[in-house]
Amino acid sequence: MAVLVETRPASEPVAVRRADRPFWRRNLPLTVVQYVLLALGSLAFVYPFLWMIATSLRSLAGVGSSGASIWPREFLWDNYTRALTSFPFWRYALNSVLTTLIPIVGTVLSCSLAGFAFARLRVRFSGVIFAVVLATMLLPGEVTMVPQFMLFNNLGMIDTLYPLILPAFFGSPFYIFLFRQFFARMPSELADAAVVDGCGWFRMFLLVYLPLARPAVVAVSILLFMGYWNNFLGPAIYINSDQWKTLPLALAGFQSVNGTDTPLLMATSVLITLPCLAIFFFAQKQITNGITFTGGR
Amino acid sequence: MNPTIGWIRQLAESWRVPTALVPLVPFLLLLIALYAVIGLAAYGALRKWPRADKTIAFWLFISPWLIGFLMFTVGPMISSVYVSLTSWDLITPPRFVGFANYSEAFQDPRVAQALKVTLLYAVLSVPLQTALAFLVALLMNVDLPGIRLFRTIWYLPSLVSGVAQMVLFLWVFNPQYGLANDVLARAGIQGPGWFSDASWALPTVILMSLWTVGGAMVIYLAGLKDVPLTLYEAAALDGAGLVRLFWHITLPQLSPIILFNVLTGIIGALQIFTQGFIANGGPKDSLLFFVYYLYENAFQNFRMGYASALAWMLFVIILALTAVTARASAFAVYYETDLGGRRRRRTRKG
Repeated sequence: MAVLVETRPASEPVAVRRADRPFWRRNLPLTVVQYVLLALGSLAFVYPFLWMIATSLRSLAGVGSSGASIWPREFLWDNYTRALTSFPFWRYALNSVLTTLIPIVGTVLSCSLAGFAFARLRVRFSGVIFAVVLATMLLPGEVTMVPQFMLFNNLGMIDTLYPLILPAFFGSPFYIFLFRQFFARMPSELADAAVVDGCGWFRMFLLVYLPLARPAVVAVSILLFMGYWNNFLGPAIYINSDQWKTLPLALAGFQSVNGTDTPLLMATSVLITLPCLAIFFFAQKQITNGITFTGGR
Repeated sequence: MNPTIGWIRQLAESWRVPTALVPLVPFLLLLIALYAVIGLAAYGALRKWPRADKTIAFWLFISPWLIGFLMFTVGPMISSVYVSLTSWDLITPPRFVGFANYSEAFQDPRVAQALKVTLLYAVLSVPLQTALAFLVALLMNVDLPGIRLFRTIWYLPSLVSGVAQMVLFLWVFNPQYGLANDVLARAGIQGPGWFSDASWALPTVILMSLWTVGGAMVIYLAGLKDVPLTLYEAAALDGAGLVRLFWHITLPQLSPIILFNVLTGIIGALQIFTQGFIANGGPKDSLLFFVYYLYENAFQNFRMGYASALAWMLFVIILALTAVTARASAFAVYYETDLGGRRRRRTRKG
């Protein structure tokens, strides 16, 4: 392509000259319109977000009189103190952390193992089984929701965190698929070299492939974090007693009980969102990569 | 609880296992026993067929998934079929009732309402989200100063998800003090009741779902950046204008990504739950989403059989809608490489 650009005579139409830019960049009025649209849209998108933060710092009376304004006239940091102390916030936060971090480890382990097997250990039936994995992606979790509840009921695990943690160690088709795609793109010479060295399959996976799959592990972990941290259906099914509630479940209960104490609700919502925001700002690039990787390319 | 498991638990308690870990003990023992058997089998197989190490490694590597598949998917599916043919409240033993649950579901007006609400949500929200995400991605696909800030801002709302998002928007759309109606009032418009109005509740949830299109936008943006520029150049040389470039290059090139996102979007939309739960089904069942109704039957009314029948209904609906979408799009989606199976075509390059 570069050669093409250089050797083109000067009389070529302007439209093709800037080959390094997409076609819509050549039109200045269009760019201005684009900019204005983006700015207006961004304002509309970020506004509820800012409004949430503004509301979380107001008094009840201030909330009633402020309407759509996000101008901070008062800073009631006390709302946050109340959010942290008026209900056992740290207990819920601990439950949320447990039901987020442990499942991430479990999913990454089980899915990378299986993904590696499907990508690199092509044996008889492996293709068929991979098709089964893909087919289970279509199965909505709701079909197995009721019998799974009975299974955990039989195991005596209702109203504990285990039903939210254990299934993660047994793989999830979507992430198996992702890891398989990632491992399949790696050069197979790696495996050959390791085999010559007399390396076992498991050691090869652990010492050669997994360290190289770091970008995939990071991206998958971040996506999983967002999913598990905000998981609501699972806790809503399995958790009854207060001591095992996760943050989203607690917030939902809080909404129905204290539905009128808006600043407190908003402060709690902000606190729950905070870890996701922090991760986003620290790992923006990995998130973008992760999302694009999952987006069907 | 299963009596054997109860017995193991009692044993664990007498061994002074910490209370929080007691429920885990029977499960772990089961797993250890299972892996002892698998390990022995693998060892025996390796002794007998030393050259089959790759096959044995394969089965060992996928064994966690395989066990999970049997334990959490196949097993529950089979028992779900049986449970859906019974009447069961978890306390008294299940009573076989044949297809009574299914025939009840077909006559239940609330099932009809749940289906109507959920399908309307899927059919309206998915195209709107796709169109908005795609449009914004088109706008964002430039290298102007500040564009990264715009991208960040559009993506930011996706981080406020689930319960927090619903709690926020219940207040944004509060008829009296909310953000939306104050903005409308300043423009001289009397705003509707949003979530508190039965005819407005569903549109409000759809509107709310548009707030989190940032994730899809990022995907389309990456897709746009992947379109080979040579295609645009060649078409521009042939005198194609902006509109034709869009219809004949951009759209076909991105069609596989769009299809994938529409499919996952439909499946996700049919499984919407949190919004219905927080709104308690909405006024006059206007937010009675199917999964919420299922949840209500299973875990609030303890009608396990009926809930299982509903779950199978949902499964059939999801399969049907997915199949219809995939079929309908078969002629509109363009696959460049071998991603698409039979209908592959290759671009002529150079």
